[in-house]
Amino acid sequence: MSTVADYVSRIEGTCGAESDVIVNFKYEKKDEAIANILKKATKKNMIAGIIYEMTYEGVSFRLYTSGKAIFRGFRTKTELMDFLVKLLL
Amino acid sequence: MQALRQDFPILQRKINGYPLIYFDNAATTQKPRQVIDAITDYYMNHNGNVHRGVHTLSAEATDLYERGRECAVEFINAKSTHELIFTRGTTEAINLVAYSWGMQNLNRGDEVLVTLMEHHSNIVPWELIARSKGATIKYARVNGDGTLDYEDYESKITKNTKICCLSHVSNVTGVINDVKRVGKAAHDNGALMLVDGAQSVPHMKIDVQDLDMDFLAFSGHKMLGPTGIGALFGKEDILEKMPPFQGGGEMIREVSVAGGNCSVSYNELPYKFEAGTPDISGSVGLRAAIKYLEAAGMDKVLSHEKELTEYAAKRMKELQKVTVYGPSDVSKKCGIIPFAVKSMSSHDTALFFDNYGIMLRSGYHCAQPLHELFKLTSSARASFYLYNTKEEIDRFAEILGELEKL
Repeated sequence: MSTVADYVSRIEGTCGAESDVIVNFKYEKKDEAIANILKKATKKNMIAGIIYEMTYEGVSFRLYTSGKAIFRGFRTKTELMDFLVKLLL
Repeated sequence: MQALRQDFPILQRKINGYPLIYFDNAATTQKPRQVIDAITDYYMNHNGNVHRGVHTLSAEATDLYERGRECAVEFINAKSTHELIFTRGTTEAINLVAYSWGMQNLNRGDEVLVTLMEHHSNIVPWELIARSKGATIKYARVNGDGTLDYEDYESKITKNTKICCLSHVSNVTGVINDVKRVGKAAHDNGALMLVDGAQSVPHMKIDVQDLDMDFLAFSGHKMLGPTGIGALFGKEDILEKMPPFQGGGEMIREVSVAGGNCSVSYNELPYKFEAGTPDISGSVGLRAAIKYLEAAGMDKVLSHEKELTEYAAKRMKELQKVTVYGPSDVSKKCGIIPFAVKSMSSHDTALFFDNYGIMLRSGYHCAQPLHELFKLTSSARASFYLYNTKEEIDRFAEILGELEKL
């Protein structure tokens, strides 16, 4: 059974007042991760063939075809991990 | 400078199918083959632990380690090797001064003067030591264009000021500060001057004697050298009076516990401040990096960066939704351009560029107070070095134009 760790190589809090969190998908699993997310979440927009603007359960985020996603507004890492479980698995 | 690019193997790389354009040089720089080869040669042929070893490899390693020091001493025109202490980098060098000199010399009522443009590494060590010693930190103002408010700086130097700390070049705006002027004001009032040279030593000729610096901190990895090596320059008479920062290894002369009491005496400069096995290969790599920069010519490095900065600023001005921060007068700055794209977070901007193989930094760049002053939540930053080209800036401007259209 897959876990979030199968898809995610690193979660990084950025510096800056925006408190963005960048999720880096594993290179070899990024296409599968992106496909899973596109299946579950709603695509609001596709920008320049590079950025998907997505929404899932009221949370908006940006998914990059290079295998990264930016999330905002999560108060704790646990909250984000719970969200990723629903989004990815 | 174009010919130098072939010395940097990583510049042949493609990222996401595009040729790598590396514009994150204020964070760290790429390494030429000469540096990589020097480190490889050290580990393949000369590796041993330095000092107090009698065998051949120890002697060779010691010679190579000390040659790195001699090279760095000449590069900044220090008077002797006693004045150059190897550290892990700029941050550790500033911490060394804050803890060693600060613990001995700062007391309740004393003042440390810094500026609002400092990297956190030139703020937090002073805040920590000031809190423990009851001293006060004063912050000199920065003008709207990111230049230092010299009148405010000088007015904040009082008879209680013990040390003035200043970045030579801002890591956010690239502004070059007049450290000679500030140093004179500090010295006229009996204070010392510490210069954060992380963004200046790699980019321009530095003469610590001409600039009359008391302390200068810099990092090897920002000047083509490896990570893990940096240096603190300090005037010998000041360093002599300072207590050790860390204990053990080469900083010891003698330890005796005879009679149940421990007595310790310390080694001479610069070893008094170099506890434990040092970064030997780092010194080897730093020497190769310095030799490379000297061969390129530091005046040429600076003029090339200024030319790129002027060109990039001109191209960025053509765009409607892009705001560039810092002074518009290139003579006041080095090759660093902070900017923001309307309605895009800096991280989105950097990720967008990453898709096209262009490496930028985003966030606070470890300088939150300056971002607060600019009323910015964060910024994107392009920073150039000797291997960057106008063609790369054209590509950067092209992608920035695409981003603006979104």
